[in-house]
Amino acid sequence: MTTTVIIIIFLAIFATSLHNARGATMEPCLESMKTASLPDLPYAYDALEPAISEEIMRLHHQKHHQTYVTQYNKALNSLRSAMADGDHSSVVKLQSLIKFNGGGHVNHAIFWKNLAPIHEGGGKPPHDPLSSAIDAHFGSLEGLIQKMNAEGAAVQGSGWVWFGLDRELKRLVVETTANQDPLVTKGSHLVPLIGIDVWEHAYYPQYKNARAEYLKNIWTVINWKYASDVFEKHTRDLDIN
Amino acid sequence: MAIRCVASRKTLAGLKETSSRLLRIRGIQTFTLPDLPYDYGALEPAISGEIMQIHHQKHHQAYVTNYNNALEQLDQAVNKGDASTVVKLQSAIKFNGGGHVNHSIFWKNLAPSSEGGGEPPKGSLGSAIDAHFGSLEGLVKKMSAEGAAVQGSGWVWLGLDKELKKLVVDTTANQDPLVTKGGSLVPLVGIDVWEHAYYLQYKNVRPEYLKNVWKVINWKYASEVYEKESN
Repeated sequence: MTTTVIIIIFLAIFATSLHNARGATMEPCLESMKTASLPDLPYAYDALEPAISEEIMRLHHQKHHQTYVTQYNKALNSLRSAMADGDHSSVVKLQSLIKFNGGGHVNHAIFWKNLAPIHEGGGKPPHDPLSSAIDAHFGSLEGLIQKMNAEGAAVQGSGWVWFGLDRELKRLVVETTANQDPLVTKGSHLVPLIGIDVWEHAYYPQYKNARAEYLKNIWTVINWKYASDVFEKHTRDLDIN
Repeated sequence: MAIRCVASRKTLAGLKETSSRLLRIRGIQTFTLPDLPYDYGALEPAISGEIMQIHHQKHHQAYVTNYNNALEQLDQAVNKGDASTVVKLQSAIKFNGGGHVNHSIFWKNLAPSSEGGGEPPKGSLGSAIDAHFGSLEGLVKKMSAEGAAVQGSGWVWLGLDKELKKLVVDTTANQDPLVTKGGSLVPLVGIDVWEHAYYLQYKNVRPEYLKNVWKVINWKYASEVYEKESN
């Protein structure tokens, strides 16, 4: 009698665990997904003037970035349903929206941290170790800026120009991406240190077609402190000089 | 700022003429910025005079200038047998040449309401649109949706597929002309959805620009092209 009870209890536990296991594999991994949300700017909308106008900062943050966040969450929701339905065709179809809007969210979240008002260090050149690394790779800070401005101006259509760290090759790089492609799409070992948005919405109300002028001025509000922090965090375990 | 600056255009035209002549001596054709067939302010309120002036005098002019530069460099590279440079120049030629081609079509795709802008197509194009899209409204809805959905910069097109003998709606990225989507495609109407085409007036609201631009679309031109290409 006791053996039977034990066997029944054992079978019940086993059946329950099977059910849970089956439920876990069938349950979409996005069930408890965190939705994206628009991060606050760490400064007032007019704090980057005259380099970037308040009008641009307001539209860029409240309209463009917000739209990427909204559309990204919407796409993730659709992805969850498609996965739950086993609708792989839709899963694949959604990747474009996820890449574009997710990329837009990722890129702009970095961008706001890449900028700072002058009275909070914006434009102040980096110290070591980032400063020496820049000199080693580009000759000087001016050399880096010149390269980034040239490549940023040359982006055909919409995109970003990046200053990044290649963790694998242990070197600094300047790279561009199209549309809202994050830097990692150019190499999985690339870590963005500074990204500059060269979509027309990033400068048009103030600079009109003169993207080169925008690129010249933006360096007065670039937050090298943040770039240095990221660089140091990622090179603590690497051997970069 | 609705008045075209005619005086400076004439002065510039004189200079352009001289440099054109010099380059033509060397056997290269250079391209020039076509005049708009209407004043900068003539498409208001659909498209502001400020946008039209910057779009024409700055953006299109830059494509023309850079296209000519790239062609000159191409000529030199070809003469030197420098195939590496010839290939490297293709990106600049496609982008700037495409920008020139696309915008030249675009200015003809637009007309003031007083000159037929917005007037629905009649004749064979009107019938073809009904046959392929159900109605003009159906076509407009499709083009506006696809135009709004372009990720980044690009164009939305109504085209004629000469081979399949049907009308198509398609989009291209950056300054890719419609022909890059199919060798038998002929552009009838192209709408620029780069941010520079609408931002000063519509800010981030591209769908609002797309809703309003139809009031100044020149269906007469589209019909002419359609009739010529669909014989």
